[in-house]
Amino acid sequence: MSRTNSNGTGQLPVYEVCDVTYRYREVTALKHLNLTVNPGRRVVLLGANGSGKSTLLRILNGLCFPDEGNVYFCGRPLTAENIESDGFGLEFRRRVGLVFQNPEVQLFSPTVFDEVAFGPLQLRWPDGEIRRKISETLEMMEITHLKDRSPHHLSMGEKKRVALASVLVLDPEILLLDEPTAALDPKSESHMIDFLVQSKGSGKTIVTTTHDLDIVEDIADDCFVFHEGRIVAAAAPTEILSDVALLKQTNLLHAHLHVHKSGALHTHPHLHKHES
Amino acid sequence: MAARMQSRKSGFLERTTASFVDALEHTFYAEETARAHGLLQRLDPRVKLLGILALIVPAAAARSFAVIGCLFAVTVVLAGLSRVSFSILLKRVWIAVLLFTGVIALPAPFVTPGRALYQLPWLGWTITSQGLASAGYLVLRVETAATLCVLLVLTTPWNDVLKALRVLRVPVIVVTILGMTYRYVYLLLQTAHDMFESRRSRMVGNLTGRERRRVAASSAGVLLSKTFDLSSEVYLAMQSRGFRGEVHILDEFRMRRFDWIMLAGFTLVSAAAFWWGR
Repeated sequence: MSRTNSNGTGQLPVYEVCDVTYRYREVTALKHLNLTVNPGRRVVLLGANGSGKSTLLRILNGLCFPDEGNVYFCGRPLTAENIESDGFGLEFRRRVGLVFQNPEVQLFSPTVFDEVAFGPLQLRWPDGEIRRKISETLEMMEITHLKDRSPHHLSMGEKKRVALASVLVLDPEILLLDEPTAALDPKSESHMIDFLVQSKGSGKTIVTTTHDLDIVEDIADDCFVFHEGRIVAAAAPTEILSDVALLKQTNLLHAHLHVHKSGALHTHPHLHKHES
Repeated sequence: MAARMQSRKSGFLERTTASFVDALEHTFYAEETARAHGLLQRLDPRVKLLGILALIVPAAAARSFAVIGCLFAVTVVLAGLSRVSFSILLKRVWIAVLLFTGVIALPAPFVTPGRALYQLPWLGWTITSQGLASAGYLVLRVETAATLCVLLVLTTPWNDVLKALRVLRVPVIVVTILGMTYRYVYLLLQTAHDMFESRRSRMVGNLTGRERRRVAASSAGVLLSKTFDLSSEVYLAMQSRGFRGEVHILDEFRMRRFDWIMLAGFTLVSAAAFWWGR
């Protein structure tokens, strides 16, 4: 059954997550979660490790399904049956792309070229179109020189860029990014952030999970804070980042002993990048 | 790396892993050779695969030393024109094959009935000409076939070899699985290697045989568990990009005039070898 309610702009939300609970055996990863993602918005899911962000991203990508509650994609229920159906399933895969946190799982093809070609081939694009799009995407991501290389020869930064290229080649309207800057060297991180900043105004809906507070303001229009499988705050990034008590409560900010240049030794809250 | 690892006292599994890593390092050499500008490197991988098979089959079937010798000579010329190092061939193929096949062929001169050539003093075993010929055929055939196979691998990126298998009607799914296996074997070997290194870095003194076996078994268990996790994640990543149980691949090979000429050349040599080696 489809939903017909709109968000006041006349457009259906891209995602509506209604009272979703998800369990990994005994562990409840998401608890009665409610969330709406509107078209063209850049959304950040902010939370410490194990707060349930990545699980939600997988649900939004139709890779797993809630134990309780419902998820709607553009008004249609996101269920295993719908994903398996040829019409909706292929359309959904064309419109939604997920970049995994660990690029090793996403780079399963023998060469970079084959990797980028994988998605379009599964969606049965014509060969000529596939070659054209691959060439454009490799150029856009500045990885044309890696075309014939095997993924095991690449650096982590290069792997992340190839993983992103393998999704961008499909030109998805909705991009789901799981910790895109995790474990990257400064240059690769800067490339990734530039990409996310430039995506503003592209019309794409981008949902990014992160615990890197430094980048949130640059890459988000809306921000949801996760803690132990629940959303504990939803607001604009500036508002979230100014709420020190909230950040401390959700383990995104902490105080620790340190030395200043003056030699003074004391503690106060700090922003930190928490590597996974 | 393997030599460095083996220089320290290590267990069976560490040595095995080191050997695997060593073997995989050889594939890096193979990838370098495959990028060289040589005769075989310029060929379409499908032509190369078919051409090399076309030379292996008569080498295995011929009943003439001259024919097998000629095929071996052709192979050596191909290696030279493809800039494959003879010292590598000598070390990795010719000597290894001679030793391995030599052991298998060793009894043949003594047990095959035929014209006696020589009798060993003290033992009294007789070497027959037919037995010597059988052993010679076996060694020469295997040397030729192994050199041809190594030439294929050294002059073609492994992924292209796999894709070229399609010309032999190998199903797409098999080619894809082999490609993924090749891709992930590196990752898992690296993981296994890191696990052993990490264990060693925290070890003082030597473990007893029982302790070593227990550690080896638990490491194998952890690695298996990681493999399962990785395979489920990879499957999700494939699904995420539209995989629905059927694999499609892009055919990138294009036949040029040079490929057709070489294919004709391989066919001619093969047919001639069959004819003269009947």
